[in-house]
Amino acid sequence: MIETRGLVKLFKDKKRGEIRAVDNVSFTCSPGQIYGLLGANGAGKTTTLRMLATILEPSDGTAMVCGHDVVEQPQKVRAHVGFLSTATALYPRLTSQEMVEYFGRLNGLREADLNKRVAEIFERLDMNSFRDRRCDKLSTGMKQKTSIARTLVHDPPVMIFDEPTLGLDIMTARTIIEFIRECRQRGKTVIFSTHVMSEVEKLCDVIGIIHNGKLLAEGPLAELRRKHSENDLEEIFVKVVGPLYANAEA
Amino acid sequence: MNLHAVSVVYHKELTEWVRDRRTLISTVVVPLLLFPVIILGFSYLAVTLVGKAEKEIPKIMIIGGEDSPQIVGALQKIDTLKIVPYAGDWKNQISEKEIRAAVDIPPGFQGSLEKNEEKTVTIYFYEGEIKSSFGAEHIEKSLKDYRDQVVKDRLAAKSIATTVLTPFAIKQQNVAPPEKVSGATIGGFIGYLVILLCMTGAMYPAIDLTAGEKERGTMETILSSPVSRTDLVLGKFLLVLSAALATAALSVLSMGISFAAMRYFNPVGQSGRGETAALILQLGPKPVLLIFAMALPLAVFFAAALMTIALFAKTYKEAQSYLTPMTFLVVIPAVASLLPGVELTPKLALVPILSTSLVCKEIIAGTYHWNSIGLIFASTCVYAAVALLLAVKMFQREDVLFRS
Repeated sequence: MIETRGLVKLFKDKKRGEIRAVDNVSFTCSPGQIYGLLGANGAGKTTTLRMLATILEPSDGTAMVCGHDVVEQPQKVRAHVGFLSTATALYPRLTSQEMVEYFGRLNGLREADLNKRVAEIFERLDMNSFRDRRCDKLSTGMKQKTSIARTLVHDPPVMIFDEPTLGLDIMTARTIIEFIRECRQRGKTVIFSTHVMSEVEKLCDVIGIIHNGKLLAEGPLAELRRKHSENDLEEIFVKVVGPLYANAEA
Repeated sequence: MNLHAVSVVYHKELTEWVRDRRTLISTVVVPLLLFPVIILGFSYLAVTLVGKAEKEIPKIMIIGGEDSPQIVGALQKIDTLKIVPYAGDWKNQISEKEIRAAVDIPPGFQGSLEKNEEKTVTIYFYEGEIKSSFGAEHIEKSLKDYRDQVVKDRLAAKSIATTVLTPFAIKQQNVAPPEKVSGATIGGFIGYLVILLCMTGAMYPAIDLTAGEKERGTMETILSSPVSRTDLVLGKFLLVLSAALATAALSVLSMGISFAAMRYFNPVGQSGRGETAALILQLGPKPVLLIFAMALPLAVFFAAALMTIALFAKTYKEAQSYLTPMTFLVVIPAVASLLPGVELTPKLALVPILSTSLVCKEIIAGTYHWNSIGLIFASTCVYAAVALLLAVKMFQREDVLFRS
C-alpha cells in the first residue's frame, strides 16, 4: 500500500531560483493494483518516485509505504520496496548472481534463505545460463533480467518502476511489461511511471496525469474516458495538460 | 551503525576492486614490478657503464716535456695509460673523444725540480664525460706517485726519515649507531614515500567508488537498497583505506627487496644505495610498525578527504581534475620535511602530513620522542575523524549525490 500526502519537492537552481519539481501530490495505490504516473519529460514523475523510494527526501508532505513513513523510517521503507529504473545500473565487475546476492545481503537475508531465493528467481527468469557472467559482458536483455532479479530478491510487497522500458528494444520492453503484470498478479502494490500511452493503456488500473509537478487528473482509464468524453488516452492527456503546456510555452 | 551492512559493502567493493585491471596495475603491478625493474635495471646499467669506463685504458697525450725525460719516462712506464704522439689539435681530440685527456709539462720542468723550484703540471680533460674524468684521475694518480717518489728521494739524500712529513695521524671515528647515520640521510625519504604512496593508493579507488559510481549509474541502485548512507560510506571508506595501506606496504616491501637484491649482486655498492638496503634490513619490526601506525591516521585522512572531494564530481575525469592538484598539497609538506634544518617542534607537530613525515624521519633515525609521537598521532586522528565525518555528511546531501 502506498499513500502520498501533499508531497512537495523543491530544488534550488542558481539560474532559475527555486524550482517546485513536485507540488502537493497526493494519491493512493493499493495491493494488487498498478498505478500509472503519466507525464511528459520533466513533469515530476522521477522526483515523485525517488521520494517514494526514499532516495530523495520530501521538502514538505510525506508518504506512507506499507505503513512506514518515508521521512521518519526511510530504511524500513526501502526494505519493503523494489525500485527499478533505467538509471539503476548494474555493477560491471560483479557477476549476475553476485549482483543479486549483494542486494539480498543488504536486505538482511540469511545465507541459506538467500541461496534458496536466488536459485528460485534465476530459475523463474531463465537466468542460469549467464549467472556467472560479469554484468559488463551481458546483453541488454540479460541486464534487465538481472535488474529485475535484484529488485525481487527480498520479495518486496511494493514495486516502483520509473520509465523502465526507456531506450529498450521491443522484446526487452515486453519482458519488463510482463514482469510488471506478474507483480500485480502476485498481489504487490505497483507504481509505474511512463510517457508511453500504450503502456499505460495495457497495464494500469489507475492513472495519474502529472504536469509541472502537479497531479492534474486521476482515476481508472474508463473513468477518465467518461469524464473527458474521449476514448483515446493521448487525447485525454492533451486535454488535461495542453492548456498548461501552451501557457508555459508562451 | 550496522557492522554487518558495512562488512557486506566492504566485501562487495573489495571483489570489484581486485577485478579491476587499473587497480591491479596501480596497487600491485607498479609497486611490485616497477620498483625492482627501475632500481635493479638502473643500478645494473650504471654499474655496467661505470665498470666499462673504469676498465678502459685511456689514451692520453703529453704536451711538452722534451727537456724533462724523467717524468715523461715515468708516465710512459704506466700500464694503465696509453700515450699517443703529440698533435697540435689535442684540445679538439679531447672534445671528439679521440683521446681522454692531455698532460702539459711546462718547459724546464726537470731543471726546476733539481733547483727546488715549483712548477705546475696541468691536466686537461672534458668535465662531465666520465671516461675523460677517469683518464684525468689516472694521470693525477701517476703524477702524485712520481711526486711522492721525488720527495722520498730528497729526504733520503738528506738522511731524514719520511715520518717527518706526518708527525701525527688524524682519524675520525663515528659514535652514532649505524641506523642513526642512515636515518639522518635517507630516513625522511622513507616516511615521505609511505605518505605519498598512501595518498596515490587512495586516489584511484576514492574516485571509482564515488564519481565513478555516479558515472556508471549505480549510485541510484545502491541508494535504493536498505543500507544506511553512513554504513555505505564506511564500507566504501574502508576499501579506500585498505587500498592506500596496501599500496604503501607493497611499495616499501618491494623497495626493500630491490635494494637488498641490488646489495647482494653488487656488494661494493654504487652511489650509496647499498646503504638504503642495509637500513631497510636493519630496521626491524619496531620502527616499521611504528611508521605504519603513524601513517594509519594519515591514510584515514587521505581516504576520507579524497572521497569527499571526488563525490562532488559527476564523472571520473572531473574527479581526476579535482584531485590531481591535491597531490601537490601533499608533496609540498612532505618534501619540506626533507629539507636540512627542518626539525620537529610542538607547532610543527600540529601541521598534518609535515608532522608525520618529520616523526617518521626521527623514528628511522632511532629517536623516539613519545610525547611528540603521541601528539602527532592524536592530532592526525582528529583531522582524520573530521574528514570522515565530512565524507558521511556529504553522502547525505542530495545536491552532491544528484548534481546535474
